[in-house]
Amino acid sequence: MRQSLMRGRPQRLVEHALETSTSEQCIAIVNDTTSANLRWANNTLTTNGVMHAIDVTVIAFQGAGNASVSGTAASLEQVTALVASADRAAAIAAVAEDSAELVAGDAARDWSDSPGETSISVFEEFAEQLGEAFKQAQAERRILYGFVFHEVTTTYLGSSTGLRLRHVQPTGHYGCTGKNAELTNSAWVGRATRGFSGVDASRMATDLATRLSWGERSTDLPAGRYDTILPAAAVSDLIIDAYWSTGARNADDGQTIFSRPGGGTRIGEEMVNASVRLYSDPSYAALECEPFVATGGSSDRSSVYDNGLPLQSTDWIRDGRLTSLMQTRHTAELTGQPTTPAIDNVILEIAGGSGHEADLVAGMEDGLLLTCLWYIREVDPQTMLLTGLTRDGVYRVEGGEITGAVNNFRFNESPIDLLRRYTHASQTVPSFSREWGEDFFSRTATPALRIPDFNMSSVSQAL
Amino acid sequence: MAPNEIDPTFLALPYERLGQVALERARDFGVTHADFRFERNRYQHFSVRDGAIEGAQDAEDLGFAVRVILDGAWGFASGVALTESEAVTLAETAVTVAQVAAKMTRHPVELAPEPVHKDVTWVSSYDVNPLDVPLAEKTGLFAGWTQELLGADGVDHATGELQQAQENKYYADLGGSSITQQRVRVAPHLEVHGVDMTSGAFDAMRTIAPPVGRGWEYLTGDIFDFADERARLPDLLREKLAAPSVHAGVYDLVIHPSNLFLTIHESIGHATELDRALGYEANYAGTSFATYDNLGTLAYGSPVMNVTGDRTVEYGLSTVGFDDEGVETQSWDIIRNGVLVGYQLDREMAHTYGAELNGGRSNGCAYADSPGHIPIQRMANVSLQPSTDGPDTDGLISRVENGIYVVGDKSWSIDMQRYNFQFTGQRFFRIEDGQLRGQLRDVAYQATTTDFWGSMEAVGGPQTYQLGGAFNCGKAQPGQVAAVSHGCPSALFRDIRILNTTEEGTA
Repeated sequence: MRQSLMRGRPQRLVEHALETSTSEQCIAIVNDTTSANLRWANNTLTTNGVMHAIDVTVIAFQGAGNASVSGTAASLEQVTALVASADRAAAIAAVAEDSAELVAGDAARDWSDSPGETSISVFEEFAEQLGEAFKQAQAERRILYGFVFHEVTTTYLGSSTGLRLRHVQPTGHYGCTGKNAELTNSAWVGRATRGFSGVDASRMATDLATRLSWGERSTDLPAGRYDTILPAAAVSDLIIDAYWSTGARNADDGQTIFSRPGGGTRIGEEMVNASVRLYSDPSYAALECEPFVATGGSSDRSSVYDNGLPLQSTDWIRDGRLTSLMQTRHTAELTGQPTTPAIDNVILEIAGGSGHEADLVAGMEDGLLLTCLWYIREVDPQTMLLTGLTRDGVYRVEGGEITGAVNNFRFNESPIDLLRRYTHASQTVPSFSREWGEDFFSRTATPALRIPDFNMSSVSQAL
Repeated sequence: MAPNEIDPTFLALPYERLGQVALERARDFGVTHADFRFERNRYQHFSVRDGAIEGAQDAEDLGFAVRVILDGAWGFASGVALTESEAVTLAETAVTVAQVAAKMTRHPVELAPEPVHKDVTWVSSYDVNPLDVPLAEKTGLFAGWTQELLGADGVDHATGELQQAQENKYYADLGGSSITQQRVRVAPHLEVHGVDMTSGAFDAMRTIAPPVGRGWEYLTGDIFDFADERARLPDLLREKLAAPSVHAGVYDLVIHPSNLFLTIHESIGHATELDRALGYEANYAGTSFATYDNLGTLAYGSPVMNVTGDRTVEYGLSTVGFDDEGVETQSWDIIRNGVLVGYQLDREMAHTYGAELNGGRSNGCAYADSPGHIPIQRMANVSLQPSTDGPDTDGLISRVENGIYVVGDKSWSIDMQRYNFQFTGQRFFRIEDGQLRGQLRDVAYQATTTDFWGSMEAVGGPQTYQLGGAFNCGKAQPGQVAAVSHGCPSALFRDIRILNTTEEGTA
C-alpha cells in the first residue's frame, strides 16, 4: 500500500541528483528495497518485520578525484543534501588511481518502469502451513527453529553521460533447523528462491522429520581423514570463499593463492582438476543477477568509474585452468588482462558430473555425508586453508545407505585443493550456502562432491 | 559543535512529533506495548594502499520503526519517509503484522518492567567527532603512514583503512520514556605485506590497535602509540617471514589481550547470551552449551576466572546510556570464581528469568543495528577481570618452560554450541625457560571452551589489562552487525593443543 506513493519516484531522485550536481560529472544510484520476514524458534514465531528502504548514492567526479556519498533519501531535499555533500568532497578529493572515462550510453527500455515490491503477504500460504507444522512437531516431540525472508531491490543507475539502467532483483530464502525434544539430534534444510509461490512449509517440515529419523541412531567417531560427501550446500559454503578470493589486485600484489611466486598472477596455470569450470553468468536460470556494474565505492575489487559496465558470463576457472580474476578497468590495465568485474552469482560445474547426492551415497562403501558447514574462516591465504565446522547432521554411510549419525567435526581444508582431490561429482544444481547465503551471497549452483580424505581436524561436541 | 552534545543536525529532525503520532495510533488498537525508535547512523570508510587513496565512502541510514505487542505477539514495521502519514502507516502495519504473527505465536510475549526515563539524553566520551574531520586530512594521515611503511626493508605493500561511525537514536514508548543518544566509534587498520625470497612464502603483519568508542583523537593523540607500532611492523614482518614453522603439539600459552579479547568474545560473550541458551538463534548463530539449568553450578573455568558484563565502561563499543528497549544500562557478574552466575538479557527474557538473574529487570542488552531492524539481545562488553596484585606479562612468561606467547588476532572460528574453537594470531613468540626466543610461523590453537578456561592458571594484574574489541559481530535473521569491546589482562594457560596450519592443509 505504501509503495504506491513512491511509484515513479526513484527515477526522479536520480534525475534530480544529476541536475543538481555542480561537479564535472556525476553518477546517481537509487536502490528501492522492500522486504518481509518471519522468524521462529521452539515451535513458535519469535520476531518478524516488513521494511522499506530507499538508498541513494551520489558519486561526484571532479578532475581526477571523486567522492561517494550514500544515504537514506525519500525526498528531493534529502537528495539535494547528498549531492551538495558529494560535490563539496569531490572538489578537494585526492587523485583516484582508478580514474577513467565514465561509461557512456542511453536510457534502457525499462528505465521508466516502477520498482518491484514485496510484502508480508507473500508468506500467506507458507505461514499457514508453518502454523500446522508447529502443531505437528509439538505432537511428535520435535522442535523447529527457522527463518523465511523475501526482498525485492530495484536499482536505478543514472550517469551524466546519459546512461540510464534499471534492474529488479528478487532475493529470497528459507531455512529450518529441527531438533528432537532432548536436543541430542539436529537437522537442517534450506533453499534460496526468487519467489514464494510453490514453496511449501509442510514439505520443509517433512524433509526435516526424515533427516531427524536418520539421526535417531548415533555413534561417535574420532578426528581423522574420512571419505566424505559434501552436498551441494556444503560445496557452496566453500566455493563462495574461493570466489571472493579472486580479486586481481591482491593476487598481483602477492597476497593470495592466485599470486605467482616472484610476481604477477597465476592466470593461465592449471590449478585444479581439468574437469572443473567455475564461472559467473548474470543470465544463469534461477540465479539471474545485475547485468551491469553498480558500486558505491572503489576498493581492491571495484571501481566507481566502472559503474554501468555491462557484465557477461565470465569463466574464472575453465578446464582446470585459472582464466580470469575479478578486475576493474584499473586492475585490468595493471595486470594486462581483460576487464572482468565481479558478478553476483557463481556456478561450479564438473564435466562428467552426473546424478544426485543420493547417487553418490549409493556408491559409497564406508564414509560420511554432511549437511552443511559453519563458521568458515580463512587460516592461511597462501593455500586458501579454511577452517570451520560441520553442522546439523553428519551421517554415516555404509554399503551405500545412511545408517545413522555421528558427532560434528572441525575441518581444515582448502577449496582449491578439494577441487584437485575429489573422486566423484553430481550434476550441478541450485544451492544455498548455510554460511554465506542469507546475508551475503545466495545465488550459487554447485554439485555434490565426494572427497576421499576430507580432513576432520578435531571433534566438536556441538549438537 | 562542542563535544559531548547531541549533534544539532539530529536534534533538528522531527522525531518527537513522529513518535507521538505513531504511538498514539498504536494505542488506538489496544496494544499492550508500543515503542518508537528513530535513528540516524552515519558511517565513513576509506582505504589506502601504498601511499594512495583506494576508495572512500560516506553512508547514512535514516529512518524509524514502530514495534507493538498485540494479542501477545510482536509486530514490527519500519520506513524512511519522515512524514506523519508514514508514522501512522507504520503503526498500522506493525499492528497488521502482529495480527498475522499472533496465529503462530504459542507463548504470549510479555516484557519485564523498566522505570520511565523521560526526556533524558546521553552522549559517549570523545573529543573530536571523526565525521567532523575533513576526509582529506584523514586519508592524508593514513596514506602517509602506508608510504612510510612501504619505504621500510622487506615491505612490498602497505594497506590501511579507517571505519568511523556516529550513531544517533531516539527512543520513546507508551510507558512515557523518551531518550535521545549519540555515540561515535573508530576502527583503524594498518597492515604490511612481504615475501621471503628464499622460500617464496608471503605473509602480512597488522597493527594491534583495537577499535574503540572514541573520536579522531585516538589517531592523533597518545592514547595508543601508533608511532611505535609503525616502527615495529616491518621488523616483525621480516622476523615472521624468516621464522621456523611450529611443531604441532601441546604447549603452555601466554595470551596478550589483543588476542584473548576475541577468544572471550566467542567462547564467553556469545555463550552467555540468554537468547542463544534458550534456542532463539538455533537456526543461525547457534545455541550455547551454557544452558540455563547450569546457572550457579557450571564450572566454566578455573577459580581465577572472573567475568563481568557491562554496557557502561567508558570508551567501550557496546557502551550506551539506555538500550533499544529504554532500559538504563548496567554492569553485572557473568562468571564468579570460575562458576557461571549470569546472562545477558532483554526485556522479554527478563520477564521470565529476570527475577532470578537481575531483580526482575532486564540488564539492558537490547540493540538494533539500524532503524529497519528489530532490536534483539546483543552483546554487552564482556570482560575478564585482572588479579588485583597479579604479575605483568613478563611475570607470566617467566613461569613457562615450553610455550608460546600469542599477540594480536587473525583467524577465528567456533562451533554453534560454543565448545570447539580454533584461533590464529598476528605474532607467535616461542617461550623457552621463561624467555622469549623469536617468532614462530603457521600456529593455530584449538580447544574446547571449558577445558581451555579450566587450564587458565593465572591472570595478569591490572597493569596488563586492555580493552580490545570488534566492529563486526554478527547475529540474528535478518543479519545484524554490532560493535563490542572486551577487556582482559594477559593470562597463562597450560597444555593447549597447537596445530601447524601448513600440515593441516597438506593432504
